Amino acid sequence: MLEITEGSHAVAEAVRLCRPQVISAYPITPQTHIVEALADMVANCQLDAEYITVENELSALSACVGASAAGSRVYSATTSQGLALMFEVCFNAAGMRLPIVMTIANRALGAPLSIWNDQQDSISLRDSGWLQFYAEDNQEATDLHFIAYKVCEDHSVLLPAMICFDGFILSHVYEPVDMLSQEDVDRYLPAFTPYQRLDAADPISFGMYATPEYYHEFRYEIDNAAKRAKEVIKKAGKEFNTLFGRDYSAMVEGYRLDDAETAIVAMGSICGTIKDAIDEMREEGMKVGLLKIRVFRPFPSEEIAQALSRAKHIAVLDKNISLGAKGALAMEVRDALYGSTIPVKGYVIGLGGRDVRKKDIKEIVSLAQKGANDQFYGLRREVL
Amino acid sequence: MALAIGCRAKPGKSRDNKTGSWRVFKPVFDKEKCTKCGLCMTLCPEGCIHQTDEEFVEPDYTYCKGCGICAEECPGEGIAMQQEEK
Amino acid sequence: MVDKTLELFDCGHRACGGCGAALAARLVMKGAGKNTIVVSATGCMEVFSTPYPETAWKVPWIHSLFENASAVASGVEASLKKQGRSEKIVILAGDGATFDIGMICISGAFERGHDFTYICYDNEAYMNTGIQRSGATPYDASTTTSPAGSCSFGNKRPKKDMPQIIAAHGAPYVATASIAYPADLMQKVEKAINTKGPCYIQVHAPCCTGWGFESEQTIAIAKLAIETGLWVNYEMVDGKVGKVKKVVKKPVEEYLTTQKRFRHLFKPKRQDAEIAAIQAMADKNAEKYGIEIKLKKE
Repeated sequence: MLEITEGSHAVAEAVRLCRPQVISAYPITPQTHIVEALADMVANCQLDAEYITVENELSALSACVGASAAGSRVYSATTSQGLALMFEVCFNAAGMRLPIVMTIANRALGAPLSIWNDQQDSISLRDSGWLQFYAEDNQEATDLHFIAYKVCEDHSVLLPAMICFDGFILSHVYEPVDMLSQEDVDRYLPAFTPYQRLDAADPISFGMYATPEYYHEFRYEIDNAAKRAKEVIKKAGKEFNTLFGRDYSAMVEGYRLDDAETAIVAMGSICGTIKDAIDEMREEGMKVGLLKIRVFRPFPSEEIAQALSRAKHIAVLDKNISLGAKGALAMEVRDALYGSTIPVKGYVIGLGGRDVRKKDIKEIVSLAQKGANDQFYGLRREVL
Repeated sequence: MALAIGCRAKPGKSRDNKTGSWRVFKPVFDKEKCTKCGLCMTLCPEGCIHQTDEEFVEPDYTYCKGCGICAEECPGEGIAMQQEEK
Repeated sequence: MVDKTLELFDCGHRACGGCGAALAARLVMKGAGKNTIVVSATGCMEVFSTPYPETAWKVPWIHSLFENASAVASGVEASLKKQGRSEKIVILAGDGATFDIGMICISGAFERGHDFTYICYDNEAYMNTGIQRSGATPYDASTTTSPAGSCSFGNKRPKKDMPQIIAAHGAPYVATASIAYPADLMQKVEKAINTKGPCYIQVHAPCCTGWGFESEQTIAIAKLAIETGLWVNYEMVDGKVGKVKKVVKKPVEEYLTTQKRFRHLFKPKRQDAEIAAIQAMADKNAEKYGIEIKLKKE
């Protein structure tokens, strides 16, 4: 059913429909509206879940670890400083192969302290073993939750997943969202069947330690699981399309890319702005296109190389910076294109909530076409 | 054996580790002095002392580390620690 | 009634011979029984019992990280509640995990009132990493991060009163126990398991490797700690102290001279002022809890 709703509320409703048994909640701007909406649902008997108001984010994810290991479908949400605080639990959850789903309302990391959007927080956890999905709009943000649970809980994957959607830009914005019904979701996402669980009738020790004889191989297996997720994502996305008419089978999506001479590569809500700018540039005869990355982990290397093979210039936009090096997406796209002679430029844009406008996209295209080096785009020289 | 997902294991495998090889001293149990109080069974950190059919006690030397707690605590002084010849 | 003949903590674990914590694990599991899920913090007990694939645990067991056992247990509890399951939850954590790094998670979990039993095996330092001081390390104990030396008498701070902190959270049952009194320990565990809400038991578990004594002395030293008043065994039901273990009180010196971690108080020179300070702490405990059996004068 189509509704105009705030991004956070759409996400909360999607989570409710997934029937989580245990939710752990801690407030942090700009995800707080999600956990508030869920609390409301629990208080009004619309959601039959145990709702734990934890005392910090590390505990939020730790509670999810415990509940998932005990056999429940679980949920939490965080961002920025909160995600950073649960850093070690993130690695732990993935290593323990627990299918936890968590929404990240992307926000910049301090210092300096910022509550506004960029993607540094989730990008900085790209090594953790979590699957990472990036939503362009609130429809994607909503749908990706159903898909994430289905993919994570698949016994050939068994990894946690982050659904990333830009803080404020998506979380606090009202957009039309076509919300599935409970019957729809029940049809698509069956009840959680844990691969193993904590159970006195069949005791297992979870989270043992691994000596050098085994650790290397455990990490190899987790990496394999992340790579196996590609096929599972394809399958889950295709099934979603068959049932509901929205196709999430591709990890990357081209927009007017087929004959583009300049290709922009980006993730998240910025793609909406880019698409509008591309339409305007196309009116003026410029052959520009977009490659949107919807799944960042596992990284769709082959898909990216294939999609960008015909471009003459590539401009990768990063709402993050690996300080002392480059934007993460630019470095990984370059790696995917290793051996190709197509120039790939990386532009760091929109950190800490700096607005990205259509004219910025057009200017970046121009920079890429001129072969301008990797740089921070749009610096306010007057304050430097 | 294939690696267990998530570094997990079912009970039982700790018994593959025969900690009896750690011993320098070995507890020797004197049936004459044993009052069958069961204190040694309770206090053994390995839990390797068990009752025999006659309700006397006997350690499982496969696992006994020779710590000496049983000998020290036995109220009847019925356990002696002897250096083991290997 | 729990079947106390069951061995739910198996042989083959890698604890030092004579380990107080290993005995504590065995006895706790006898008090808890088969229908238990154990949530463990990182530390000696976790490390000596679970090198993959050799687990010594015959009940379901989970270890996540150092500080978060209480939070993980909160999640397990919520899940069991939702599923309508009956298993009891026991948290096993050392003093480092409890008094220090785990404080935030513990405070939150106790404040929320989850139904579990938290057992701290207290060997009075971070033993697994090689004997560093924790908030539970007694005054003047020498550890590698509070070493005795030419200008130091060792740990400068008294032991944190963790049971009182837990009681202040409104825990329905808080107790201290010792491996020296196994029947008392098992009874307290059984009581805590059957008390609804978050319960706490702090178990004194002397460490021969860390404290510096011969392995066969573990129980004797645990007894001396109680007999000198440096450790008090008691219960708090809804915050009210009771069932204090009474003793014929011995001077602290009888305890201190048994362990290398206090040797610097006697050699090369006897440190009367320090020994007196420790005696004063023991005397304060004695008075506060009423531990002394006063023998009638002939």
